Amino acid sequence: MSRHTLSVLVENKSGVLARVSALFSRRGFNIESLAVGPTENPDLSRMTIVADAESQPLEQITKQLNKLIEVIKIVELEAEAAVQRELLLVKVRAPMADRTQVLQTAELFRARVVDVNTDTVTLEATGTPDKLQALLAVLAPLGIKEMAQSGTVALGRGPRSMSGAGTLRPVERTA
Amino acid sequence: MTSTTPGGSATREAAEALTGVETTARSVEEAAAEPLTGITGAQSLVQSLEAVGVEVVFGIPGGAILPAYDPLFDSRVRHVLVRHEQGAGHAATGYAQATGRVGVCMATSGPGATNLVTPLADAYMDSVPMVAITGQVPSAAIGTDAFQEADIRGITMPITKHNFLVTDADEIPQRIAEAFHLAASGRPGPVLVDISKDALQATTDFTWPPRLDLPGYKPTTRPHGKQVREAAALIAAARRPVLYVGGGVIKAQASAELAELTELTGAPVVTTLMARGAFPDSHPQNLGMPGMHGNVTAVTALQKADLLVALGARFDDRVTGQLSSFAPEAKIVHADIDPAEIGKNRKADVPIVGDARETIAELVTALRAERDAGRTPDLSAWWAQLDQWRQKYPLGYDWPEDGALSPQYVIERLGAIAGPDAIYASGVGQHQMWAAQFIKYEKPGTWLNSGGLGTMGYAVPAAMGAKYGCPDTTVWAIDGDGCFQMTNQELATCAIEGIPVKVALINNGNLGMVRQWQTLFYKGRYSNTKLHPVDAEGRPTPVRIPDFVALAEALGCVGLRCESKDDVDAVIEKAMAINDAPVVIDFIVGADAQVWPMVAAGASNDDILAARDVRPVFGDDQV
Repeated sequence: MSRHTLSVLVENKSGVLARVSALFSRRGFNIESLAVGPTENPDLSRMTIVADAESQPLEQITKQLNKLIEVIKIVELEAEAAVQRELLLVKVRAPMADRTQVLQTAELFRARVVDVNTDTVTLEATGTPDKLQALLAVLAPLGIKEMAQSGTVALGRGPRSMSGAGTLRPVERTA
Repeated sequence: MTSTTPGGSATREAAEALTGVETTARSVEEAAAEPLTGITGAQSLVQSLEAVGVEVVFGIPGGAILPAYDPLFDSRVRHVLVRHEQGAGHAATGYAQATGRVGVCMATSGPGATNLVTPLADAYMDSVPMVAITGQVPSAAIGTDAFQEADIRGITMPITKHNFLVTDADEIPQRIAEAFHLAASGRPGPVLVDISKDALQATTDFTWPPRLDLPGYKPTTRPHGKQVREAAALIAAARRPVLYVGGGVIKAQASAELAELTELTGAPVVTTLMARGAFPDSHPQNLGMPGMHGNVTAVTALQKADLLVALGARFDDRVTGQLSSFAPEAKIVHADIDPAEIGKNRKADVPIVGDARETIAELVTALRAERDAGRTPDLSAWWAQLDQWRQKYPLGYDWPEDGALSPQYVIERLGAIAGPDAIYASGVGQHQMWAAQFIKYEKPGTWLNSGGLGTMGYAVPAAMGAKYGCPDTTVWAIDGDGCFQMTNQELATCAIEGIPVKVALINNGNLGMVRQWQTLFYKGRYSNTKLHPVDAEGRPTPVRIPDFVALAEALGCVGLRCESKDDVDAVIEKAMAINDAPVVIDFIVGADAQVWPMVAAGASNDDILAARDVRPVFGDDQV
């Protein structure tokens, strides 16, 4: 597995998500997760794409992405130089007998209880994919009723940003 | 050039001028369009097409695009009413390839738009500057499965350089300007503008030039100086270099620069299927076409080279054969305007991103410096080897054993009689390969074909578009009987609109290339490749279905037929003399003629066969 996190600034226009996802599908690039949301600039959206560059070199993926007219800039966020988070909502079976164990697990993982009833507890957790996997592994024996997990969102560490002064270095447009 | 300079013609230079992209533009026609207020979106569209310099639109009206056809009626933009939208698309491509300007086609929503899908995909694969304008159902009806609704923007996303859906009349001039800029600049390609009917009907104002808003689009045209110098150093040191020239050289109008580079390096040149005409076939350094049906010398030169200088070429599978064994000893200089092409199929030792004309011009400068420093390669041993191959394995063909007319002979004679000033547009298949092999091309823009997508049915409408753009030039469509039956209805358009193209129909009664593969790889089991009716013994019956001469006459053309070698020159000359109507010559040729040489699909170029069961012997005489 050769996993890369790409932060992609795109024009905030209809159809951009379709273009990007269609590009991955048609070129045979594997996409692990994709998260899209607004940025500080209302004209731009940020896509955080976790891509598996096993089948195709990352260079070809970024070059093809750069060819999309509505893609403004691409930065690869190295794991050690970026903060990467996912959001997990998980509904766990929590009858009175097991409830303490669920709540203790939540506390260990700094998860929050966001809904509770007589049969289940719903937890909200954020963290790296590894941390969330670990949480799920501990909760699994208790009985996971359902779960929803977001794609990764990420920002580079340090004072620089993708737009504005002192910008992060984009993935080369040229060869 | 600044962003306030209006672009006056739909040329690459004008499109570049719209945003002040650095260019080597020589002349930009100024067209200061008068602002207009209180007009319809449709009028704004037609004003925009006029302002961007559109000469002709190929299209068919229909419900959703109907508002645009009303102001078009009074416009100086001419409209050619085709018989099928596919014809409109290929005509726009033929026009663009022959003139270097942006080709324009127009269709209505739904089926009109989906009929443009094939020519859009075709233009995308061959990097043809084209703008397609389609009507869309009213914006309130989008997504409701309304009558003649199709999500053409979604459908064409992967086969266009970019596309737009416009539902606001105020956006029309800007989107049209952006579409032409995108189509013509950088790596050219098709752009689709889908406009909802209510936007065409709404009231709006028109000002020109509009501001272009393409913050993510900055094609690199100027090559990096260091890369160019590195490439020049490799060229100066190479002992077996080959200039591997692709269609990008024609798109960039870089033939003059290429000729200079070729003279300076003394290196052999191969011109790919898309680059036939980029460099004169008559030049002794031109080895001809490489690839699956390339000649032995061109294919083998690439295989044995120690340096490939790829200029506007993309290492297509039809050129490389089995990629892992392609040009195993060669270092690669890869110059292309599209960075994504570099390293896509073959790793480049020296990548150069830039416009082919600028790149080649700078390579020439850098090579002069190498020469002045006393570094000039001795290529005499390489040329001795190449000349030996050329002498031993020239292109050729055998006459059919049954005495039938040879299709290669017909095409060879056509090229000789019509000459290098004519434009040749071919369909796809055996006749395409023979036309690429046996016609001598001397000038860029004289060979039009569907190289990447391989679109049967391309020839007749593309010839129509080319003839429209170059009315004083003889334009021949070279078509097979399979291809011809896909799009021949456009001959009616040609007859009515006064576009006198000429068609050489290479009629072998079969889907010839598929039949050839069945002969070679499917034990001669001819499943569904016979187009003629046959009798109980499998022989063609005397009835011709269709009778192409009668069909041509029915479509308003002059129909001629030729069945013997003795008549070939006379019938071609007769067709050459007819300039007031389209002409179709039905050449009845043998069904068993084959295209050689051949590298089987997926095989290594080392395993090229000069003819059936004839494997060239190269020995170990490595230079």
